[in-house]
Amino acid sequence: METLQLDLDHGLRSFRLELALTIGKETVALVGPSGAGKSSVLRAVAGLLRPERGFVTLGSDTWLDRERGIDLPPERRRVGLVFQEYALFPHLDVRGNVAYGARDRRTVPGLLERLRIADLANARVTELSGGERQRIALARALAREPDVLLLDEPLSALDAYTRRAVRAELHEFLKELQMPTLLVTHDFEDAATLADRVGVLVDGRVLQLGPPQELVGSPSDPFVASFTGANLLQGIASPGRDGLTEIALEGGGAVWTTDQGSGRVAVAVYPWEVSLSRDIPNDSAVNHVRAPVSSIVSLGNRVRVRVGPLTAEVTASSVARLALDEGDVVVASFKATGTRLLPVA
Amino acid sequence: MRLAPFAAFLAVATTASLAFLLLPIVAIFAELSPGDLRDGLTSEVTRDALRVTVETNLVAMALIILFGTPTAYLLATRRFRGKALLVTLVELPLVLPPAVAGIGLLAAFGRLGLLGGTLDGLGIDIAFTKVAVVLAVTFVASPFYVRTAIAAFEAVDPDLVSASRTLGAGPGRTFARVALPLAGGGLGAGAALAFARGLGEFGATIMFAGSLKGVTQTLSLAVYQEFDVEFDNALAIGALLVVASALILLMAKLVLAWRRSNSTLITVSVPSASS
Repeated sequence: METLQLDLDHGLRSFRLELALTIGKETVALVGPSGAGKSSVLRAVAGLLRPERGFVTLGSDTWLDRERGIDLPPERRRVGLVFQEYALFPHLDVRGNVAYGARDRRTVPGLLERLRIADLANARVTELSGGERQRIALARALAREPDVLLLDEPLSALDAYTRRAVRAELHEFLKELQMPTLLVTHDFEDAATLADRVGVLVDGRVLQLGPPQELVGSPSDPFVASFTGANLLQGIASPGRDGLTEIALEGGGAVWTTDQGSGRVAVAVYPWEVSLSRDIPNDSAVNHVRAPVSSIVSLGNRVRVRVGPLTAEVTASSVARLALDEGDVVVASFKATGTRLLPVA
Repeated sequence: MRLAPFAAFLAVATTASLAFLLLPIVAIFAELSPGDLRDGLTSEVTRDALRVTVETNLVAMALIILFGTPTAYLLATRRFRGKALLVTLVELPLVLPPAVAGIGLLAAFGRLGLLGGTLDGLGIDIAFTKVAVVLAVTFVASPFYVRTAIAAFEAVDPDLVSASRTLGAGPGRTFARVALPLAGGGLGAGAALAFARGLGEFGATIMFAGSLKGVTQTLSLAVYQEFDVEFDNALAIGALLVVASALILLMAKLVLAWRRSNSTLITVSVPSASS
């Protein structure tokens, strides 16, 4: 299995797509808001879009090199692309779809079996559920025996219920595949579950690329922090007591962090670092925000509670113990070590 | 029961329109006794005209489909400067008076026309031959096919074409295995419309090909010639053309309705399949 390398420079409607990636036997996810140029990256790798400058190579094969005038058409690049809406051929049955690009038709029954669609082999693709359609699209792409797999928003066409199951399943599948895989999604949680490395793409540029825990643990930029789910508080940093940095918040009040910094900053706090109580607790947390509860959203055994400028993620039982209701004034607390200081451009 | 004034107005206007549109068709059959119909249809004039019509229209349809399909595919799938103008030019024969089409064809292919000298040098004389009928029918009927075909190809999801390419199929194979089958219903309907128009072709043909019995005289031209020679013959041929046109129109509608009901059936069957 070979390494996929790409370096692209292409003008999109309101910004330039400029990015370079090296993908080995791993899954890399590009995550970003819609319109960040994610799909264009996949299309450039697949040969459906010709970037103004750049190259795409797989091992020693050059698929694209604008300087040398090389641009292989899609059918000559060994790439499997799973489209966002799957793009299954409506005039063919499931087997016909999977066999369409098969390098060796004898592999088709095995693929149908492996993706649990053998029972549907003769079904019309238009009659199937989202999860089934996704597995067909995956089988069809793999039948081509690609050297690179590209997935465009693989989960966005699914309803919330199917999505969780398919995400776990797809994660296992990609791990076994051991092939350079590039996927794009607008959902950080999807990216973090599916990929070994995640790149945050905004306006055509990768702000940060690394393992998901690194993006959460030390976001390099306020956008990355908020995209990975952190609360952001803006303010002015200056040296404070006990070697901590004090941040005078824009909206009044102050918080403290163990990170060093000065000037205009953003403080990132993940919701799971925030605890809730009726009164200021007598524990090691130095940061307290007293504010009314504006919303309470239950997500299974977790509850997201919006308190003033912060979102806290706490257990359902602690919400019950506090007997929380919208409008109640509570104290949201978090430790100085639970924060990240990020410079504001 | 009293109808509201507006509903009454709609009912009266609709009745008048339908009566006016149907009356001439009904009259053809009302004026024709079964015996006259049989005699008219078996007359030599009719048989010759039928043969000429079938021969020329089949060749014209083959040409229209052979050249029109790739033209429509290109116009539907490529974006380039001046495309709207090109599409308009392709559609121009739709609105052109048939007599103008006839004089234009003469000016282009006639003995004294633009290409006449070249064709004459090659020993080819087109005007007033079967070839002229084929050209006239092709010229007048092809926009009906190309227009419908463009719409049919445009309706094919571009992602399906892209998917086919990434699955290893080149542009030609993608056309044959994805675009053509998916646009098939629209192409069939377009071909039926073009065929119906071709059967009725009169003005361009009579100017460019004349009305030579057994050579260039089609059914439509035979109606014109017979109406002051043997009126019942003209009526019989008219009846034949009415039935043929109606059948073609019905076929086109059925093909389109079948494609549509097939696709709605799919959406309707989703909940029942999961229950």
